[in-house]
Amino acid sequence: MLEHLPRLLKATKLTIQLTLLSLFFGIFVGVFFAILRTSKNKILYYTSYYYSYILRGTPLLVQIFIIYFGLGQVEWIRESFLWIFLKEPYSCAILAFTLNTGAYSSEIFRSAFETINRGIVEAAEGLGINKMHTFLKIKLPIAIRQSLPAYGNEMILMLKGTSLASTVTLLDLTGVAKHIISTTFRPVEVFIVAGSIYLLMTFIIHNFIKFLEKRYNYN
Amino acid sequence: MKNIFKFFLSSIAAIAIFFSSAQADSIRIGTEGAYPPWNAKDESGKLIGFEVELANWLCIYMEADCTLVEQDWDGMIPGLIMRKYDAIMAGMSITDERMKTINFSQGYADEVASLAVMKGSSLEGMDTPKAINLSTGGGDVKKALKTLTAALAGKTIGVQTATIHQNFLESGDVGSVKVRTYKTQDEVNLDLAAGRIDAALAAAVAFTDYAEKSGKAVVLVGPTFSGGAFGNGVGVGIRKDDTDLLKRFNKAINTARKTGKISELAIKWFGFDASM
Repeated sequence: MLEHLPRLLKATKLTIQLTLLSLFFGIFVGVFFAILRTSKNKILYYTSYYYSYILRGTPLLVQIFIIYFGLGQVEWIRESFLWIFLKEPYSCAILAFTLNTGAYSSEIFRSAFETINRGIVEAAEGLGINKMHTFLKIKLPIAIRQSLPAYGNEMILMLKGTSLASTVTLLDLTGVAKHIISTTFRPVEVFIVAGSIYLLMTFIIHNFIKFLEKRYNYN
Repeated sequence: MKNIFKFFLSSIAAIAIFFSSAQADSIRIGTEGAYPPWNAKDESGKLIGFEVELANWLCIYMEADCTLVEQDWDGMIPGLIMRKYDAIMAGMSITDERMKTINFSQGYADEVASLAVMKGSSLEGMDTPKAINLSTGGGDVKKALKTLTAALAGKTIGVQTATIHQNFLESGDVGSVKVRTYKTQDEVNLDLAAGRIDAALAAAVAFTDYAEKSGKAVVLVGPTFSGGAFGNGVGVGIRKDDTDLLKRFNKAINTARKTGKISELAIKWFGFDASM
């Protein structure tokens, strides 16, 4: 088993990459749709509503299969510029994960915005602070603090979700673990090691969020 | 009253016989159901294919009750070891690597491997012999491998994971090609047709079967491969300590071969006699 450890650790790099990139893009998608949800415009509101409804209501595996194998079957997509991007399993995986985590994040951020005390916003208005400033300097920091526990959870879910990248030929931690099993026929040992690596990463995320919660605690 | 009693007793006896025979002589055979024409599923989800029918005949010769168990390919050998089933009939080639972990019966069928591309690929028209056997070696084989190495340099080739085809590509015999592994042969075919991979390697019949059913312009290129990393035919995989079952399968395969059953089924499913 020990001789396979370097390969698993190398694959962990890809897992971390997939997780961080998807979370990074996902935050923008999430904030964007969370803002749309506060819009009074019906079209904007329902776009955001159904985006989140559909992406949260279908399994991530189905989403990644539709993006990778599904779109790959459509001839005009294969002939368009999109194919440069969709041809690669790596970018398909990032796209699927980003859209998925974006939907969950938008719900987290939306509820965080909704919990902001009306009085604080009114106070800002009273002081003559403009809307943009109120959003960036007052609402956003409070929303971030509010959403930390739920968002930490989402980070952990995303980390584990990246294991589905192995279904579209990527050799992430799960993909390499399966690869090793296919030649050693020893699933128990290999999956225990891979599982421990996931656990270690979860531990790091968990404590990072805990640290942030303490740091930004205003009570 | 007497009659009812008699009926009752005989029923119990019948049930007892049924269960004892089922227990003493039931064999569970693992198969993938996703590698046509070896083993596959029809539209209703029923297992069909060469090996499904052969398994039924082997069980008749062994006078055993058999059940087929579906198992994903990448967990096939672990599933056997964990006793989810007692034998594997899943187009599994007999290789030295697998023999370290499990036993194989004598081979029942043999079939060559081949590269496939989409029509119009630059890989079409490679100057190689029609077939090469890696076990015999020799100048022809070396020359063909050299041609392949040059043609495949920098190309991405798709294979099903944990197969002889993956082992061959990773052996370095054709240089260092980019290998992409898939869970099922279906997914390999989809990505070949979509143009995500430059070529694919699998049993030649897997491609001809796909081309026929999907109407996609998949064509075979280069030589057909056998021997070496491609193993010595397809056999029944059995746990190392099940020596009795191994003997029974070998005997049944002998019978099936002598009566011409294997040839008959092979012609039905492959279109040619792949028996061995």
